[in-house]
Amino acid sequence: MTDFVHPGLLFILGALPIPFLKGPVRKAYVLLIPTLAILAVLTMHPGGYGAARFIGQEIMMAKVDKLSILFATVFSIMALIGMVYALHLTHAGQHVAAFVYVGSALGVVFAGDYLTLFLFWEGMTFASAYLVFAQRSDQALRAGFRYLMVHITGSVALLGGIILHGFATGSLLFGPIEGGLGFATGLILAGFLLNAAVPPLNAWLTDAYPEATVTGAVFMSAFTTKTAVYVLARAFPGTDLLVWLGTVMALYGVIYAVLENDCRRLLAYHIVSQVGYMVAGIGIGTEMAVNGAVSHAFAHILYKALLFMGAGAVIHVTGRRKLTELGGLYKTLPVTLALYMVGAFAISAFPFLSGFVTKSMVVAAAGQDHRALVVLALTMASSGTFLHTGLKLPYYMFFGTDQGLEAREPPRNMLVAMGMAAVLCIAIGVFPQTLYALLPYPVDFEPYTGVHVTESLGVLMFTALGFVIFLRALDPENTISIDTDWFYRMGARRFMWLAEKPLARYEKAVSDVSETAALPFLHGMARAGLRIDLHGVDAFVNAVARTILAGGGALRRLQTGVVTHYALAMIAGVIAAIAVFAVAWQ
Amino acid sequence: MIKRVVDFFGDERHARKRRRLFYLVLGLIVIADVLVFREHAEYLWERLPGWSALYGFGSCVLLIFVSKFLGHQCGLMRREGYYD
Repeated sequence: MTDFVHPGLLFILGALPIPFLKGPVRKAYVLLIPTLAILAVLTMHPGGYGAARFIGQEIMMAKVDKLSILFATVFSIMALIGMVYALHLTHAGQHVAAFVYVGSALGVVFAGDYLTLFLFWEGMTFASAYLVFAQRSDQALRAGFRYLMVHITGSVALLGGIILHGFATGSLLFGPIEGGLGFATGLILAGFLLNAAVPPLNAWLTDAYPEATVTGAVFMSAFTTKTAVYVLARAFPGTDLLVWLGTVMALYGVIYAVLENDCRRLLAYHIVSQVGYMVAGIGIGTEMAVNGAVSHAFAHILYKALLFMGAGAVIHVTGRRKLTELGGLYKTLPVTLALYMVGAFAISAFPFLSGFVTKSMVVAAAGQDHRALVVLALTMASSGTFLHTGLKLPYYMFFGTDQGLEAREPPRNMLVAMGMAAVLCIAIGVFPQTLYALLPYPVDFEPYTGVHVTESLGVLMFTALGFVIFLRALDPENTISIDTDWFYRMGARRFMWLAEKPLARYEKAVSDVSETAALPFLHGMARAGLRIDLHGVDAFVNAVARTILAGGGALRRLQTGVVTHYALAMIAGVIAAIAVFAVAWQ
Repeated sequence: MIKRVVDFFGDERHARKRRRLFYLVLGLIVIADVLVFREHAEYLWERLPGWSALYGFGSCVLLIFVSKFLGHQCGLMRREGYYD
């Protein structure tokens, strides 16, 4: 038995046979691989694996420690849940993409050096983009291309940073970055922040996730931002900038969620908000804060997937995604609603659910670090989280105005997957010590104190009071919200306008001028040149040639070839010379 | 069981009962917050019983109206075909 089987490669290589399998065999197979991956993660030991040298650099395929095992555990569990949720799909494409996506995310989590990290980072981008393209609508194709363009831009920044950092330090090994932020590390940080969807680099997420397939969005909600949280926790703990970015991000997400009408886009804004807690925790950088951030990532993956599965199930059975078009589904989808609410209470951090034991650790760490503003802002974001995911979304989707939609509970595999995630959300909330034992640092934090419970319930239930009182102000509106994607969506349009209108007009004007004025003038010049050439230059050259020819003919006549003529000429010459000599000498 | 719980929250005929239960829960939370043992308080507001209830309500109202203000008055919300 080997010490280490790379679960990422298990997924990536395991994706190859999927298109060749059919029916129940394929179903069993796509569940088997994640199960094997979970076993591989549970049985692995800390250490370095797959060390080699490449282009003169030290490479390490897998560096296993508590932090990477924590993320690998939740990633492989999430892969299993996601595959159960997607089990009814008949086409192999999405399964293959999901496998490569999960495998690449695991590759990043274990990467011991920047080159391996970058390779898997790119794998994630392309595999996840397929999950958007697979929706096939025009809107999804456009969103998918935007998603790709933004991520490739981020990757270029990351690669540039990696190369500069490698030159500066002489090593490509991936670990905590020391010595403050320079240009190279700044580029690496920018690449990481883009994938963590930190504003203003957040719009790709809320643009693309709601356009992905119902099952694809569940995978997407789990992996990209959380691998970014992992690499930030690994490389940039204690970077003060992250505290502020994270805090702003937590509020940014909830503010946009108020305005949102698309159910999955609302949830996507809450990914931004929740990842804000993690980014802030990493920025604070104390042991408790990093523990809080990464445990919150663990819990977040499960409850956010549950929420996306719930909203996805509604879209699957009704074909509608806008809150203005939904309502009254509690009668027909009670189980979906109940399971969704477990996720909603978990994200809102109700006691005995996962969010309560993880989110509070980040807030408590901020408190211990004497950051009062951060504590207040994050608590306010908690209120907003419950307001939207726990109240607004379920109210307008399942209760509210009955739209008379005909619907029945989604396929059983979807409900089973939601059930699995719900059980884990409750299990983590009830037995937090099991999760705490997996964390990178020893945990000295007790979530279930009287004050903490009453304070949390106070914030949450009085948020509910605000919701009840101002319900009408929250009525969804048939609009979209402008986010930072405006800059490249409208920017690209302006650029195209510039190319099609002023630039094209300028180009036409230039070609008109050349056709009407410049070309005839040039033609005339050419004709005149030809004339001068023919009648001037050529005539002179010809005349010279003719003269030389005539002179040559005359000379030729002198050369008779008869010796007596030449002798005569010589005698005549001698006489002439003597005559000249005689005359001249005198 | 699930259906009964869900129906309790959905059906109009339970509206009265729902409201009473809700206010009861709110009252109990405030009472519990007053009675709860506070070991140490890092910040001033942590010593105030009922602070969290006030802050939760305030946050909720602030978020709703600030967001809607940004959406309507600052032009963040646009018609659906804006990008088409």
